[in-house]
Amino acid sequence: MSTRQQVFAAGPAAVDRRPPSRWHPHLHGSELGWALAFVTPYAAMVLAFAAYPILYALWLGGDFSLYAALIADPHYAKAALNTALLAGFAANTMMFVALLLSGFFMRRRWWIKALLVVWMLPWALPAIPAFVSFHWMLIGDYGFLDSALWVLFGIEGPQWFNERWLALGCDAVSYIWKWLPFWTLIFLAGRMAVPPDLYEAADIDGAGVVRRFLHITVPLLTNLYLICTALAAIWIIGDFAAVELVSGGAPARSTEVLATLSIHYAFDGSHPALGVAVAISALPVLIPIVVILMRRIDLREVQL
Amino acid sequence: MNGGGVRRRPRCRLRRILVEAGSALLGLVLLIWALLPVYNMLLIALDPDEGETEFTGIIWPDEPSLNSFRAVLTEDHWYLENFWRQFGNSFYVGLLTMVLTVLIASLASFAVGRMRLTKARALTNTALLVYAIPAALLAIPFVRLTQRYGLSDNVWAVIAAEVMFAIPFAVLVLQQYATIIPLELDEAARIDGASPLQVYWHIYLPLTAPALAAIGTYALLLAWGEYLYQYLLLSSARNWTVAVAIEQFFDADEAPWNNMMALAIIYSLPPIAIFYALRRYMAAGLTMGGVKG
Repeated sequence: MSTRQQVFAAGPAAVDRRPPSRWHPHLHGSELGWALAFVTPYAAMVLAFAAYPILYALWLGGDFSLYAALIADPHYAKAALNTALLAGFAANTMMFVALLLSGFFMRRRWWIKALLVVWMLPWALPAIPAFVSFHWMLIGDYGFLDSALWVLFGIEGPQWFNERWLALGCDAVSYIWKWLPFWTLIFLAGRMAVPPDLYEAADIDGAGVVRRFLHITVPLLTNLYLICTALAAIWIIGDFAAVELVSGGAPARSTEVLATLSIHYAFDGSHPALGVAVAISALPVLIPIVVILMRRIDLREVQL
Repeated sequence: MNGGGVRRRPRCRLRRILVEAGSALLGLVLLIWALLPVYNMLLIALDPDEGETEFTGIIWPDEPSLNSFRAVLTEDHWYLENFWRQFGNSFYVGLLTMVLTVLIASLASFAVGRMRLTKARALTNTALLVYAIPAALLAIPFVRLTQRYGLSDNVWAVIAAEVMFAIPFAVLVLQQYATIIPLELDEAARIDGASPLQVYWHIYLPLTAPALAAIGTYALLLAWGEYLYQYLLLSSARNWTVAVAIEQFFDADEAPWNNMMALAIIYSLPPIAIFYALRRYMAAGLTMGGVKG
C-alpha cells in the first residue's frame, strides 16, 4: 500500500517529477498504459470533432475583409446587441429564480415533492416541441395567449412578434421556461449537499430564514452559482433553436442573434466564411467567460 | 408547553398560515407556468381540422379528435411519410449518444481523476473550451469536415456531434462526483491484484452509477432534443430524425398544424418516459452525494 499511496498522496506534481525509467518495468508502466488507453477515445473525439473543426473555422474566418463587411452590416449590429441582451438577461434571471425556487423545493411537504415532478417536465420535454408551442401560443390573435387574455380578462393582447423588444422578450421567456427546471435541480442538489448540522447550529443560535440563507446558503453556493451563470450564458450565446423557432427573427430579422445569423449566412446565403466570421466575432466575449469558468472550477477542486 | 411557547403561539401560527398560503400560491403559479405550453400543444393536436389555436374559454376543446395522432402513427400525410423510420433514427442517435458519452466520459475521468494521469488534466480543461465555441461556429466547419470524413447524410455524423456536446459536462460532473468516493477503495483493490480495468469495472462504475445515470439521461435528452446539427447534417427524408421532420412543417405556409403538434407530442413521449423512469435513481444519487459529502 505504502508506495502507491505515497504517489497518490503526493499528488500530480510528484508523479510528474518521477524519472521516466521508473514507469516501465513495474506496475507504473502498465498503469500508464491503461490510463493512456482509457483517455484515448476521449482525446480522439476531441481532436477529430472539436479541435479540427475549430482550426478549420479559424482558417475559414481568417480573412479580415469579412469583419469589415460585418461591421458595415446593420443586421450584424442588431444581432450582436440581441445576443448580449438575451444572454445577460436570461442567464441572470434564470439563475436567480432557480436559486430561490430550489429553496422552495427544499420544503418537506408531499405536495411540493409532487410539484417538483411536474416542474421537471419542461426539462424533460425536447426543445423543439417546447419552442414550437411557444411560437403558436404567441402567434397573435389566433394564439392561445392573446385569445385567453381576451376571453378571460377582456384584454386585447399585443402582437408579440411585431415589435423587436417584445419578440426578443418572448425568446428569452421561452428559453427560461425550457431550462429553469434544470438549474433549479442543480441548485437543489447544491443545497442538499450543505451539511444539515450547519442549519441546526444556526437554528440553535436563533438565526431566521433570511440569516440562514445569507450566512450559510449563499457563501456555500456562491461558487456553484457563478459557474452555473457562466455556463448558462455560454449556452444561450450558442443556442440556435429558441430564437429560430419562437420569433424566427421576426419582425424583419430584427431579433436575430449571432447563432441564427451565422447559420443563415452560411447555409441560406451560401456564404460560409461570413457565417464563420459572425461566430468568431463572439469569441472575445466567450473566451473570458470560459476562463472565469475554468478558474472557478479549479479553485473548487483545490478547496476539496 | 411552557409559558414562553404559549405567548409566542398566535404570532407563530399567523406566520405559519401566511407562509403556507404563500407557498400554495407560488405552487399554483409554478404549476400553470410549467403546464401551459404543454396544454397548448394538446389543444392544437386535438383539434379536428388543421389546428385552430384560438382559446374559446373552455378548458377542454368541444370536439376533441385523435385524428391527428392516427395520421402520424399511420403515416397518413405526405409530411409524415417516413415517420416510423425517422422515429427509429431518433432512437438510434439518442441511445448511442447516451452509451458513448457514458463510456468515453467515465473512462477519461477515471484515468484523470482516479489514476492521476496528470497530463490529461490539461486535456479536460481544453475540452471545456468546446463550450466557448457556439454550436453555430462549429456547425459550419463541422458539416464540411463530416463530408470529408465520408459521413455526409449519415446518422453517425450526428452521433459524433451530440457526443461531443455532451461529453465536457459529463466529465465535469463525474470528476466532481468521484471526489466523494475514497481513493482507499481503489488502492485496496489494487493490492488484491486487480488491474486498472477491473478497478474501473468493479469499483468505479458501480459507485458512480447514480452520476452515470444522470449523465446518460442528460446525453439522451440532449441528443433527442438537439436539432441544428441534425437539420444540417441529414439531407434525405429517410435519414432525418423526428426533430428535423417537425421543423419541415415550418417551411410550408399551409401545413396541417394539428398533425405537427401530434408529431411533436409523440416525439416528446419517449424522453419524458425515460426521464421520469430514471428520476428516482438520479435523485437518490444527488442526495447520496449530499450525505457523504
